[in-house]
Amino acid sequence: MSSFGIFDIAGSALAAQSVRLNAVASNLANAGSVTGDPNTVFKPKEPVFEAIAVSDGQSLPGVRVREIADNTAAPLKRYEPGHPLADPEGYIYAPPVDAVEQMVNMISAARSYQANVEVMTTARDLTLRTIGAMSR
Amino acid sequence: MVSDDASHASQAKTAVAGPLDNLLGIQGTALSLHRARIDQIASNIANADTPGYLARDIDFEQALQRAAGSADAGVDIARTAPGHLNAHNSAGAPATQVYRIPLQPAQDGNTVELSTENAKFAEAAMRYQATLTFIEGRMNTLKTAIKGGE
Repeated sequence: MSSFGIFDIAGSALAAQSVRLNAVASNLANAGSVTGDPNTVFKPKEPVFEAIAVSDGQSLPGVRVREIADNTAAPLKRYEPGHPLADPEGYIYAPPVDAVEQMVNMISAARSYQANVEVMTTARDLTLRTIGAMSR
Repeated sequence: MVSDDASHASQAKTAVAGPLDNLLGIQGTALSLHRARIDQIASNIANADTPGYLARDIDFEQALQRAAGSADAGVDIARTAPGHLNAHNSAGAPATQVYRIPLQPAQDGNTVELSTENAKFAEAAMRYQATLTFIEGRMNTLKTAIKGGE
């Protein structure tokens, strides 16, 4: 149904943006997950978007999440010898989650999500009006 | 079966093309082009956060001229791999896409500016409605004529 392709396009964006929101939620939730081993510390998740044809025969690209990449920044090393998870030298390692960056990401994702909902609402109204005009 | 349907559809189109085309003029073509433009802008908005995505729009005037047959047919781009996108817009006319010039280019190569796209989307939706209103009016005129003014 090529005339309803706009719903596939906007729908793909809603899905992708919600993956992004989920990644932000996961990153913020794990911001305090400290460990005593720098290799097992939580790595913040970064979804990577890609333009792709969402349905067969659809000429315009929607969007999909190509991969959820790990942020490779070094974990934050803190000296807390009294911490139960501290390594023998007294250090604990926290994920390199920047709360400000995550919040900005969240707002951006939410705005994009809203814009696509708006697209869908408008497309629905126009489609219904067109069907109504032809069937009256 | 598909070809049967297609030939049937084209026969039906030729059968009614005369009176209906005269009735609607270029408005029918304009409606589907507005629709194609709305789809294009929706695709831009969907890819507002895709790195390297270049925002595109449809040159409406050129597309309409081309659809009306007063301009040359342009060139088609072949799809040689399953991942390739069609070079046609959804109205089936050859591509008359133009790239949007960004006011503030982004570091990741994306040229979608949500504010611009929102404005263009609203504009395209409004133009679609205007054309639709015109078509509705013509339909009502025809209906009045059929019913003899009742």
